[in-house]
Amino acid sequence: MNDSHESEKENMETTTRPSSLADVANAKVQKAPGTRAMGTGLETRGIHAWFGKNHVLSDINLDFAAGTVTALIGPSGCGKSTFIRTINRMHEFIPGAAMAGEVLLDGRDVYAQGTDVTKIRLQIGMVFQKPNPFPSMTIGENVLSGLKLSQQKVSNKDELLEECLERAGLWNEVKDRLGAHGGSLSGGQQQRLCIARALAVRPQVLLMDEPCSALDPGSTLRIEETIRHLSDTMTIIIVTHNMQQAARVSDYTAFFLSDGGPGQMIEASPTSEIFSRPRDKRTENYVTGRFG
Amino acid sequence: MTTISAPAPTRPWKASPKDRLRDVALFLFAIVGTYVVVAVTPMKGKLAYFGLFFIFYMALTAGFQWFTRGSAAAKDAFVNSLVAIGAVVTVIPIASIIVTVVVKGSKGLHMGLLTTDMSMSAPTDPIASGGLLHAITGTLTLVVLALIMSIPIGILTALYLTEIRGSLTRPIQFLVQAMSGVPSIVAGLFILSAVLYPITKGYSGFMGALALTILMIPTVARTSQEVLKLIPNDLREAGVALGGTQWRTVAMIVLPAARSGLITAVILGIARIAGETAPILLLTGGGDRVNPNAFSGSIGSLPYYIWKSFNAGSPEAITRAWAGLLVLMVLVLILFSLARLLGTRKVAR
Repeated sequence: MNDSHESEKENMETTTRPSSLADVANAKVQKAPGTRAMGTGLETRGIHAWFGKNHVLSDINLDFAAGTVTALIGPSGCGKSTFIRTINRMHEFIPGAAMAGEVLLDGRDVYAQGTDVTKIRLQIGMVFQKPNPFPSMTIGENVLSGLKLSQQKVSNKDELLEECLERAGLWNEVKDRLGAHGGSLSGGQQQRLCIARALAVRPQVLLMDEPCSALDPGSTLRIEETIRHLSDTMTIIIVTHNMQQAARVSDYTAFFLSDGGPGQMIEASPTSEIFSRPRDKRTENYVTGRFG
Repeated sequence: MTTISAPAPTRPWKASPKDRLRDVALFLFAIVGTYVVVAVTPMKGKLAYFGLFFIFYMALTAGFQWFTRGSAAAKDAFVNSLVAIGAVVTVIPIASIIVTVVVKGSKGLHMGLLTTDMSMSAPTDPIASGGLLHAITGTLTLVVLALIMSIPIGILTALYLTEIRGSLTRPIQFLVQAMSGVPSIVAGLFILSAVLYPITKGYSGFMGALALTILMIPTVARTSQEVLKLIPNDLREAGVALGGTQWRTVAMIVLPAARSGLITAVILGIARIAGETAPILLLTGGGDRVNPNAFSGSIGSLPYYIWKSFNAGSPEAITRAWAGLLVLMVLVLILFSLARLLGTRKVAR
């Protein structure tokens, strides 16, 4: 807590340009990096990505400390989603896709020869833009579907079910109708169901690709609360077009931009800094809404 | 507390009694006009009544709309009646077939129809002698064997085309489409020359089922493929992102999500083969006795029985043939309903 107060004060003093986003970023409890030891986290080294001959992402180097929330912001088409899909190897599902670089999870490259890709995806979970509960399964089956898909056995299914739904902030709303179909929930509830589903396989890292873009403000708020809670135990990377959201939930923010060519990372800093005193002019223009 | 008096609910978009009266009047005018024209011109017969009625009806509705609401409304009314004619023209032959089969077939119904076979009776014997047991069991045997062989092959083909999308996708797609146009007699002759003559050297239900399988696979594969294409890619990605292999994802998520569509594929496959006659004539050998062994000896079936009875020519035999048709139609209906029931049972939970 001391840390956070100091950094807040520091920000207040050195803020050159008053910004409500910076205030938002500062208002939340700051986390001291490194105090949450859960593995060494996730690093990307020189990530490039192509679709066919189209070079869409160039030389992304980013470190994600364990237990932090990192927001990826930037205009549409700058490669944010492509970038997070390279992290859990979903990129390779698109025909014609290619990549270069390393994604190090606890120091091991997920693209190394002989890596079991399904294990990687168990460690790096993903929540998609559109809520996509499995239509043929009930709410309970949806939450536990990851275990069945990866053929894992657990003894205490009911506890796990409750725990995951609780952590996703959905338990109270669905505890009496776990046998109902996932499609019977509202959009926001479906998305939290998808988060619970991702949690059930106990990933170290959770990737979220614009998880709130299809949701109303109330549901968005619930999911943001969920993200804050989850970040105690896992590393979260969230792609968002909503700068308020980035300021509210993230510890670090990376700004991506494409100037017609492949998308590049312009700047990555603690969230409070990127919204109060961005180092790059382009970042400043973007976060202040002058373009994008 | 004040009570708000709600107005009585109305449906202003529905046709008013006056509109209905107008429609009925136009309909009656069309009928009267048809009769007048048929009476004063040399045109005769059902077709003349039928054709003229539609021409009159279309002209009257369109003309009425023209005078009251203008040319756009007239065109709208014209196309509306054209569409209605299309629907009616489609239904008439089907309804006519069903009515004919039920009327003529019901004369051949008797107590022993479903419990006896024709081993002790000739087609020209009185109706009450013999029955259809051998033909029903034979058709069921053929259909079930063909289903057992064609459902896995058809669905696996569809999975290859939609999920694996390997380098052979295009040629296989082309061949499956070409196969769905294969005439059934070709499938029958193929099995006859490729399997029956060189290998088994004898009629059996299995030979017939092989030919039916050839006919059924493209139907099942193409319909399944269309259904699997409709499953959103999001679900596949979600399954894989949860650590599932492609096979687990397909088996646990894609196929269950496509379940009712796959059942439809199977139903269409049954529809394709249940009444198929040409390969049956070539390969199963007919027979008037119940043959429980599908792999040896000739086996009866409903299409074969119908064909044989019509050929026998006597009034009794022809009545038998109609009864066979009725039973075949009911059997297909039962198979359809069964498939539908099995397909929706889990979802309805």
